Amino acid sequence: MSVWHDVVGQPEAVATLSDPTAMTHAWLITGPPGSGRSNAAYAFAASLLCDDNGCGTCPHCRQVAARTHPDLAYLATERVIISIDEVRALVQKAYFSPSVSTYRVIVIEDADRMAERTSNVLLKALEEPPERTVWILCAPSEADLLPTIRSRVRSVRLRVPSIDTVATLLTQRHGISHDDARQAARLAQSHIGMAQRLALSPEAALRRAETVDLITGVTGVHDAVMAAARLLDIATADANALTKERDELELGQARASVGLGPDDPVPANMRTFFKSLEEQQKRRATRSLRDGIDRILVDVMSVYRDVLIQQLVESSRDHGDALINLEHADGVRALAARRSPEQALAAIAAIEQARERIASNVAPVLALEAMLIQASRQ
Amino acid sequence: MPWVVVMSGSAKPRRATGVPSSSSAIKVVSAFRVSPSPVVLCSGPEDFLADRAFTHLRTVLRAKDPDTMVVELDAADYVPGGLFDAVSPSLFGEYRLVRIENAEKCSDEFLEDVLAYLPHCADDVTIVIRHRSGVRGKRMLELVRSGDVPAIEVSCAELKSDKEKIDFAAEEFVRADRITTPAGIRALVNAFSSSVAELASACAQLIADTTGEITEQTVATYYGGRIEATAFAVADAAIAGNYALAMATLRHALDTGADPVPLVAAFASKLRLMAKVAGDRRSSNELASVVGGAPWQIDRARRDLSNWSERGLSNAILAVADADSGVKGASRDPVFAVEKMVTIVARFGIVAEHGHGASHR
Repeated sequence: MSVWHDVVGQPEAVATLSDPTAMTHAWLITGPPGSGRSNAAYAFAASLLCDDNGCGTCPHCRQVAARTHPDLAYLATERVIISIDEVRALVQKAYFSPSVSTYRVIVIEDADRMAERTSNVLLKALEEPPERTVWILCAPSEADLLPTIRSRVRSVRLRVPSIDTVATLLTQRHGISHDDARQAARLAQSHIGMAQRLALSPEAALRRAETVDLITGVTGVHDAVMAAARLLDIATADANALTKERDELELGQARASVGLGPDDPVPANMRTFFKSLEEQQKRRATRSLRDGIDRILVDVMSVYRDVLIQQLVESSRDHGDALINLEHADGVRALAARRSPEQALAAIAAIEQARERIASNVAPVLALEAMLIQASRQ
Repeated sequence: MPWVVVMSGSAKPRRATGVPSSSSAIKVVSAFRVSPSPVVLCSGPEDFLADRAFTHLRTVLRAKDPDTMVVELDAADYVPGGLFDAVSPSLFGEYRLVRIENAEKCSDEFLEDVLAYLPHCADDVTIVIRHRSGVRGKRMLELVRSGDVPAIEVSCAELKSDKEKIDFAAEEFVRADRITTPAGIRALVNAFSSSVAELASACAQLIADTTGEITEQTVATYYGGRIEATAFAVADAAIAGNYALAMATLRHALDTGADPVPLVAAFASKLRLMAKVAGDRRSSNELASVVGGAPWQIDRARRDLSNWSERGLSNAILAVADADSGVKGASRDPVFAVEKMVTIVARFGIVAEHGHGASHR
């Protein structure tokens, strides 16, 4: 089974990436969240490192899948930004020649999380890499990278996969009924990872339903402030659900690796080690909460998008299928009747502003309050 | 004979360390009344008072024996046996003053040594134990306070209320034999309310530089116009609609070291509570558990609300959100961002709507 099999709904991108005449030394894979950027990047890496263009079964392909291939270096961050030291180390590796394969491949997931001076470290290595080194960067859009980086890479755009493609994938991977899979894919707006979560975790689906109910019910400043507090709770619960399990697993492994049982006290000389692990997890939690809020804001945005559709598309036509939040059609309809399209657009602008503010460190609850107040303005 | 003086920091050191106050059998004194004793425990978080007690002890001991040897030990970074090195008799028989820092973070080795030493303390040594807070070293604290050891305790509690600070300043002047007026002391305490050390050095300066009675006038000459304002004082004034007072307090707060970020946070938390309370008729006790916040805060928010409209409150929260992004880098001048917020809040959020829209692009 070819490594490209898992890159669903992207025939053009796969064609470009697997065309041997199009080879170059630096690539940028862009696409909306959930379109499978890093999947595509690793599939491409496997096809370069494999002797058989990515057969998916040979040791090379399996090592890429496990991220242990000796000629593959990758950088994926779970924190808010990629640090300059991490990139410097990667640049150094770029100058080694490949050890077992034809190429040395370096993947940077989340290349958009590099600060400007961090990106600058890459310039030289990207422009004149050693003969056999291939860089693969991933970012949501080209605009997220500096022009100096953009001009040094060949760009491959992924598109949003269709709901049916995502639903089929979910059915194949997890054996969910096609209707459930379609519903999850629709609610997740074709974000593969989110759709998978909504389909497999009833709690996540409940949290999303509550978010939408909250949004359609806000009418005044009191509601707005109460709803903002609740939204933050939901986002925290969502983020915790994702990180907690991993944190515990990691801690258990770390304890086992130094020979401590689950209940043994940590000896003084190992405290630094466990403290640094804890700090790492805390930093991850910061990003995870931000991501959690961002996921919620995507859901909120989908509500106002539905409201606009409801308002702008003639009411006589059947546009049931066009809605994302079909399950909440009544709430959406009521909201659409209370508001003008201008107000709905203003609400979408307010959501955009809240996302920007949270990214620039404004207190999340305050940003959410301001957003909900503006969105509920008459 | 050796004396142990314990310098501990909290106002109620025994509660902080989990020992009921009735269990203490030793004398508790203030930093200036400390007298040499084999063990002195300085308990409580206020470092300034502990330093004073130590300086005072050293002065008293040096007056008695100019050769008194001062040894400093760090209990957190303790080398086993260090305490015995410090307290064992010396060749020339000098008196020894041993200062032990960070007893609240002490290592197990230190605890072991100090517990071995305390029951047999030498009579030509004073050990001063500095314990800020917490329960670390509980057995040591219990032993010191049991009365079985010749010890006294110096309370290094934080001075929280204005009254405690006024008493502190008054005592400073009394010890220097200076006459003061109550208004003068109050003015001085208002000017230096955040740090006891600053207050004490302000007192010392007035004592050194002036003659005669110390009045409000004297304080105004030296520290005129300085008021330490908290973020909440600014928010209170603005929410009450007192624009002039809010602006003046804001300036005082910024000039005495307040940061714009917590200032905005204070506004946000007060307005948030008002919005949560608005239109909810439940009793303040009931509400307190639902929205978070003490019942008095709920009552306060209800009173504050009387001048506010729904529209005004929402404008005010939007202005606070603007200011928060302003102080975190979106505005070139964080202070201006805060001033703009204070202006809008002090007008009960009544703003020209077109102007407001422009600020939200």
